[in-house]
Amino acid sequence: MSVVAEARVVAPQTSQRPLVEVRGLKMHFPITEGIIARRKIGEVKAVDGVNLTIGRGETMGLVGESGCGKTTMGRCILRLETPTEGEILYDGVDIAGLDRKALTALRRRIQVIFQDPYSSLNPRQKVGTILAEPMKVHGIEPDATKREAKVRELLRTCGLNPNFADRYPHEMSGGQRQRVGIARALAVDPEFIVCDEAVSALDVSIQAQIINLLEDLREKFNLTYLFIAHDLSVVRHLCQRVAVMYLGHVVELASCDEVFDNPLHPYTKALLAAVPVPDPTVEADRSFQPLMGEVPSPINPPPGCVFHPRCPIAVDNCRQIIPELRELRPGHWVACSQVA
Amino acid sequence: MPPLLEVRNLRTEFRTGAGVVRAVDGVSYSVDPGETVAVVGESGSGKSVGALSILRLIPSPPGRVVGGEVIFGGRDLMKLSDAEMREVRGGEIGMVFQEPMTSLNPVLSIGRQITEMIEQHRGTDRAAAEKRAAELLGLVGIADAARRLKQYPHQLSGGMRQRVMIAIALACEPKLIIADEPTTALDVTIQAQILELMQRLTHQLGVALIVITHNLGIVARYAHRVNVMYAGRIVESGPAAAIYHEPHHPYTMALLKSVPRLDRPRQARLDPIEGQPPDLTRLDRGCSFRARCRFALESCAQATPHLDPIGAPGQLAACFRSGDLALETGRAA
Repeated sequence: MSVVAEARVVAPQTSQRPLVEVRGLKMHFPITEGIIARRKIGEVKAVDGVNLTIGRGETMGLVGESGCGKTTMGRCILRLETPTEGEILYDGVDIAGLDRKALTALRRRIQVIFQDPYSSLNPRQKVGTILAEPMKVHGIEPDATKREAKVRELLRTCGLNPNFADRYPHEMSGGQRQRVGIARALAVDPEFIVCDEAVSALDVSIQAQIINLLEDLREKFNLTYLFIAHDLSVVRHLCQRVAVMYLGHVVELASCDEVFDNPLHPYTKALLAAVPVPDPTVEADRSFQPLMGEVPSPINPPPGCVFHPRCPIAVDNCRQIIPELRELRPGHWVACSQVA
Repeated sequence: MPPLLEVRNLRTEFRTGAGVVRAVDGVSYSVDPGETVAVVGESGSGKSVGALSILRLIPSPPGRVVGGEVIFGGRDLMKLSDAEMREVRGGEIGMVFQEPMTSLNPVLSIGRQITEMIEQHRGTDRAAAEKRAAELLGLVGIADAARRLKQYPHQLSGGMRQRVMIAIALACEPKLIIADEPTTALDVTIQAQILELMQRLTHQLGVALIVITHNLGIVARYAHRVNVMYAGRIVESGPAAAIYHEPHHPYTMALLKSVPRLDRPRQARLDPIEGQPPDLTRLDRGCSFRARCRFALESCAQATPHLDPIGAPGQLAACFRSGDLALETGRAA
């Protein structure tokens, strides 16, 4: 295998520096007005000061509702966006300001799986071409016959018949296409994959197949995942740690079981209570008060704690002071001044 | 008490280039007054087409209801004239669809869309209809009704739009509301708000609800009874608690096992249903789930199983092996 693969030899997790370390990341998108002289009239604060580390071999979940900035986070780490501010250390190197050429090399190590298996595959290319393309770009397997063999192997690894190389995406079901999307990400032997809502568009029975596949691949290839999702049940099953985002901020960060069994931030609590559990007996015993109101606009976020307008335990102070992420229990970080 | 709605052997087909798709293939069930019935299934199971067939909203061509009866208020909806059917739709039966942005008219104000409904069905004048529209917005939890009535759909958030859809569905005091994936496009916290609202209002106003969803959690929280659909047929039906705790159809069992649970720490790998749903143009006489079923026998290819009573009172399953299945799964557990 490649040099990258050799570099992945696993040492004890604790003694290592994290694979990804995000420091003070901000991504503000300008809103402009005018046709000739474009003037900036405001900005969307999609990500507004986020710190996050992802260890090697870890699956980090990133959850939150639409517009909380989770996808923008993923796109920044993939460097599909150039962040407004902050550092993204990937294996110790700041990639926030890398140029095109350096990014191409980086993309061999970082790959992405998108949500929609219909729009993320080129409808005019056969599956074989789709999978061979990244290898060509990165100069992996320059020999056409070997490349073809690798394509077939990738398909087999992802649970597809190798003959699917001759098919077009429209000849496949949603689950099969998503497997092709996963195979494409694996084509360059990456070490880190951003899964952006990778199972959200699939039916439950197919979703379980893909979740199992992602787990198998993580073990087999020593992968690290950033798993971005809005489905909390899937995150609980797949991730070791979870970061909960709200309006551009991480409000809670802890190990998976800790977040789901002992949530501390009022937003996390409300989010978990809102998800119905597939068990009528459990549901009958659960009482819950749905969170009032809606997520405010990231163009003009509320001052102080961004959650205070909807928060059941907000006090006056919350309107002024932006709460820092504090480690309230070992490994359990919460951005709320009212919990201890 | 006679049921409010009775669907008998409903069959809907679509003619496509690849052949005839039997999207709904002999579906029968009933809904009692004030009851919430969930229809669950995956894409292509026929859950939405079944609901649209009840309302006679299947685009024709290519679709056609080819058989069956839908008895509502003593009449067979399939035999009504188009004009009579228009009276039923939005009058006695309200509708809430998945995507409020595409089901609301973008060039009419919210107020106009509600009053149009009231004027059409009730023959009231504009002023009275507007008063009622403001009342309805209050009922669905939209504050500042006077201002909101003048706004257009694009000025509202997704959750707000769905509240407006519910207001329209309730405008003529229907006896039944059919909600097709009402919260699938919404975020979890907004989804919870909308579902709580629908539950509260249907209880309060005594309206029956058919909710079509793929979300097993929503079913567990809100439904009294459940119909599980697979490949155009109801494969299991019964009280929600029975379906979840003692399913008698292998598909229901597999479906419940394949979803990760929010309330439990991760135990092991998920247990997915292998394979794909069948091609609806190539259904044969046998059980349509047998290719993915771990209990299937050769005899399952010979005939289509009927929905027969088994297990809890009111529970039905369409499986030749339901009887011995309980034993096998009991032993495995």
